[in-house]
Amino acid sequence: MADETTKTPLLDQLEQGPWPSFVKEIKQAGEKSPVCGDLLGQLEQSYSEKMGHWKHGGIVGVLGYGGGVIGRYSDLPEKYPHVAHFHTLRVNQPAGWFYTSDAIRTLCDIWERHGSGLTNMHGSTGDIVFLGTRTDELEPTFKELTEAGYDLGGSGSCMRTPSCCVGQARCEWACYDTMAICDDMTRTYQDEMHRPPFPYKFKIKCSGCPNDCVASIARSDLSIIGTWKDDIQQDATAVAEYAAAGLNIQKDVCDRCPTRCMEWDGAALTIENRECVRCMHCINVMPKALRPGKERGATVLIGAKAPIVQGALLSSVLVPFVPADELADTLKELIKRVWEFWDENGKNRERVGELIQRVGLANFLDAIGLDPAPEMVMAPRDNPYIFFQKDGDGH
Amino acid sequence: MTTTVAKRITDIGPPHYDKFLPPIIKKNYGQWKFHESIAPGVLCHVAESGDRIYTVRAGSPRLLSVQTLRRFADLADRFSDGHLRFTSRNNVEFLLSDRSKIEPLKQALFELGFPVGGTNNAISNIVHTQGWVHCHSAATDASGIVKSVMDALYDRFTHENMPAKLRVALACCLNMCGAVHCSDIAILGIHRRVPKINHQTLPKTCEVPTLIASCPTGAIRPATVNEKASVEVVEDQCMFCGNCYTVCPSMPLNDPENDGISIWVGGKVSNARSAPKFSKLAIPFIPNNPPRWPEVVDAVVNIVNVYAAHARKYERMGEWIDRVGWPRFFELTGIPFGRYHLDDFKHAGTTYARSTHIRF
Repeated sequence: MADETTKTPLLDQLEQGPWPSFVKEIKQAGEKSPVCGDLLGQLEQSYSEKMGHWKHGGIVGVLGYGGGVIGRYSDLPEKYPHVAHFHTLRVNQPAGWFYTSDAIRTLCDIWERHGSGLTNMHGSTGDIVFLGTRTDELEPTFKELTEAGYDLGGSGSCMRTPSCCVGQARCEWACYDTMAICDDMTRTYQDEMHRPPFPYKFKIKCSGCPNDCVASIARSDLSIIGTWKDDIQQDATAVAEYAAAGLNIQKDVCDRCPTRCMEWDGAALTIENRECVRCMHCINVMPKALRPGKERGATVLIGAKAPIVQGALLSSVLVPFVPADELADTLKELIKRVWEFWDENGKNRERVGELIQRVGLANFLDAIGLDPAPEMVMAPRDNPYIFFQKDGDGH
Repeated sequence: MTTTVAKRITDIGPPHYDKFLPPIIKKNYGQWKFHESIAPGVLCHVAESGDRIYTVRAGSPRLLSVQTLRRFADLADRFSDGHLRFTSRNNVEFLLSDRSKIEPLKQALFELGFPVGGTNNAISNIVHTQGWVHCHSAATDASGIVKSVMDALYDRFTHENMPAKLRVALACCLNMCGAVHCSDIAILGIHRRVPKINHQTLPKTCEVPTLIASCPTGAIRPATVNEKASVEVVEDQCMFCGNCYTVCPSMPLNDPENDGISIWVGGKVSNARSAPKFSKLAIPFIPNNPPRWPEVVDAVVNIVNVYAAHARKYERMGEWIDRVGWPRFFELTGIPFGRYHLDDFKHAGTTYARSTHIRF
């Protein structure tokens, strides 16, 4: 049996080639864990049959939490008994994914004692993923994790683990402290993360600038994207140095500006900052010469999601600018109002973006107490079917 | 007699990041001035104070054994005072204060089999989902395709020779745990057959009203089968999204011969130059062909090569296509255009060409 299940001619082909191989990783973990041999066996069978062999879901978890563990069972438990249970733990990552070597070793020690020894660094939402263990190992793993200062992330209809870019720790473009905000949100909403209270999932992602390195505008219900209000900071000498070094400033900077707000006369770069949409292109190209302004904060957007259920959405503008020092308080107030409305009106498995599509942005803004602003739309409506209100002046 | 019960620790959140930051980052937090690229995969950030921190970035398969993580920890001890981090695209980064350690670290990573690169106008690591390694709804594997595609794009990870950034992402079903829908190239697992209803288990495992409500096109109706409450699927209305299976285990869609891969192009997340946008359908279906999915690899490499040959500097995939037009994209890539490229879901009309702006 053991011999049969470790023969993996198909998977072995994925040990070839220059890119690091996940098959090698599984085999390596298999030196210490019998789980990995059966995982490879079942995966080989999937490769040969072109079909997965995991049963649907399974509700498992740790005491008092409604999420953080993804239950997984093999549909071939007799053949691959070591992966009969193959549950995953989502372990909340430290903001910015920073570690020390000792922290990594601590996580490895815990996971070696209690699970397969396989991880994802990291899962799509940002968690450290401990891949594969048995139900009776969940509570002991959790105990050791919390004693080491770690906690579980979110799963199911809860606030999912927030994530953020590297921010001010190592990036000159971060317009607010993404790691501090991410950590604050994570700690503030521990209950909503661990005990799913919502119609569906709710994700928060914090990017320090409009380059959006954590894809918040595509992937999070609440997208917090750093920006600035005043003028781009310019170092004229450094601009000249880029030109002298061969950068074609007219072609590669000015002509690529989406609002054509820059002029280059061969000696000086002039920016019409009133026309600038803070896209980051010129700053990306000339990081030594141009920097975001000094009046920094964030644009808050709402509603992004992948296709399930009613189609994919990008986030759209909710608050055009929140100063950096007001961000934490503003977000908490906004979140409170958004969750109240969603809780009251959201259908089962309806993300907040879909709810806004269903009830309309105007009704949503009424409910959370925000005034409409032209920054929220690409253009005003072009259809004349207007739901005029009986009271009020229609504004 | 008293007994002491150890208090169960809960709701503590993650360790505070402050514990893990290198001293040079703590000192210069929020005070970085600019950065420069030293080589593919190597960045230097310079602080207002004049301090410099060097980042060496290496690709990983995301699925990592504790043995490899311990090796990363050892490398961090040897070269970066015990400090490392990971990126949003599953790369590992070592944070060095000593420039002279860059080359020895690169050498050590190379010997361990981890390529240094993925910065600026290189193709960075593919973000991806679990696939057959861990997921019940996967229409394809994730890690095997990613490995095969990155083997083929290896040189484009280790060199910064693309017109602009190019982000590839893979999700193994429409749930898109990897949210691939705004990528320059998205590799997406799809089902193509209606769920096979298990009328035996359905009444016990599923709540029928929830199941009916889960269908975005209203294709699921109540039905009595063998005198038990169950459902039926209006086949013409099913577009194989798998929502019903998510809420009901008795509606599996897996079908080895009909599951496979679709390829989407031209999406982006960044606000740089043009607004963020969704990826659009390029290839509706490629059959699963494990272990190395050669047709998928060829399709991705073809799109990458055509883009690299034709796009202008700083033009992302979607920006290049916006400039030259979709007919030219299909002509240059040799990908056939057909009925599946025409949207027929919500907002489909907004994707029709509503002008006479046609390039001949």
